[in-house]
Amino acid sequence: MDRALPPRLQAIVDEFAECDRTERLDLLLEYANGLPPLPERLAGQDLERVHECQTPLFVQAEVDDADRVRLFFAAPDEAPTSKGFAGIIQAGLDGASVEEVLATPSEFAMGMGLAEVVSPLRMRSTGAILARIKRQLVERAPDAAS
Amino acid sequence: MPLPADTDPKLAAYAHPERLVTTQWLEDHLGDDGLVVLECNEDVLLYHTGHIPGARKLDWHIDLNDEVARDYIDAEGFARMCAARGIGRDTTVVIYGDNFNWWAAYALWVFSLFGHPDVRLLDGGRAAWAAEGRAMTTDEPQVAPADYPIVQRDDEAIRAFKEDVLAHIGQGPLVDVRSPGEFTGELLHMPDYPQEGVQRGGHVPTASSVPWKRAANEDGTFKTADELRAIYADEIGLEPSDEVITYCRIGERSSHTWFVLTHLLGFEHVRNYDGSWVEWGNAVRVPIEKP
Repeated sequence: MDRALPPRLQAIVDEFAECDRTERLDLLLEYANGLPPLPERLAGQDLERVHECQTPLFVQAEVDDADRVRLFFAAPDEAPTSKGFAGIIQAGLDGASVEEVLATPSEFAMGMGLAEVVSPLRMRSTGAILARIKRQLVERAPDAAS
Repeated sequence: MPLPADTDPKLAAYAHPERLVTTQWLEDHLGDDGLVVLECNEDVLLYHTGHIPGARKLDWHIDLNDEVARDYIDAEGFARMCAARGIGRDTTVVIYGDNFNWWAAYALWVFSLFGHPDVRLLDGGRAAWAAEGRAMTTDEPQVAPADYPIVQRDDEAIRAFKEDVLAHIGQGPLVDVRSPGEFTGELLHMPDYPQEGVQRGGHVPTASSVPWKRAANEDGTFKTADELRAIYADEIGLEPSDEVITYCRIGERSSHTWFVLTHLLGFEHVRNYDGSWVEWGNAVRVPIEKP
């Protein structure tokens, strides 16, 4: 990849890359379980659905007063894979700057070694989640994107 | 030795009740010699969050498809997959899964391509089992590998290809089991949403629209034999001797309907077009009907 990943996301990618197949699934499940619940103020709101995910996943990207990106996700417990992808992106990019998120390549997950245990088709979801986050950020913070 | 069939009265009204088991039957037979339970889900991690005790994981992406060509595994691959899960040719295999058994039905259909003699679906799938509060575990079973013979896949009887569908237009019934929006083609025109890379919307000319979900109750179980006949026989006029082709997007929902027509209603000549709309909607110069 040409562009560097934000350090926390890079650390997660490396963490996966160093695991064997079984450990990768366990780790993905840990990220699914570690996904923070949707804050109360967003519950019941009409969040954007990531249609590229096979199982339901909703995402909201905001920029806080300190110009940091805040990421919120909702997914049912029956959709642990989508939750796991969301958990990785939340842990890796929440709190980053808008510029850092926009500069994160959509193929960031390629080096994780997940495709062989999750299938390449399902891995497309990670890029789709990031693409929707970027689009929301551009809509919410047009200055930062220009 | 196959396990005895489930004698539940609801199942007895189906054409082939031996192809379905209730959650109670499965609970009663868990651990029996000659039985292997497989969980096949849309979500590849779901099995690891908890499954029926002793159940083995089968992933439709990774375990049933060829890695390179868009096709199923070959005879050697199927034998390896079964052997690794402790399945022999005479094993009774019960499959269940998430999302109304879509992928469980798909896996059962793939097992049928290889002519596995005794393969059954769990009525209601994972959701029914969980809703009834039956045991689930995150422990993964230790499996002693079995011997499975090399048996060639037979695509003739129950699998349709694009050329078969083309030749079928005007000759026999086609059942489109996708949602009404996909059938009319309007879903391709929703703003902002990529539609899985399909270039054209609509349906195969002459196809009837019967969304797969009409065959299921809200709890994931199949509707009764009478209710199913009212839909497929009375409403769209299918007869058990008809040569029927079912299709959806990539063949999973149409496996569900294939199971209903073949095993619950006793149709003898139903083929599933697994290429489905992802192939048809991208193919050059095939006819498309769109209102």
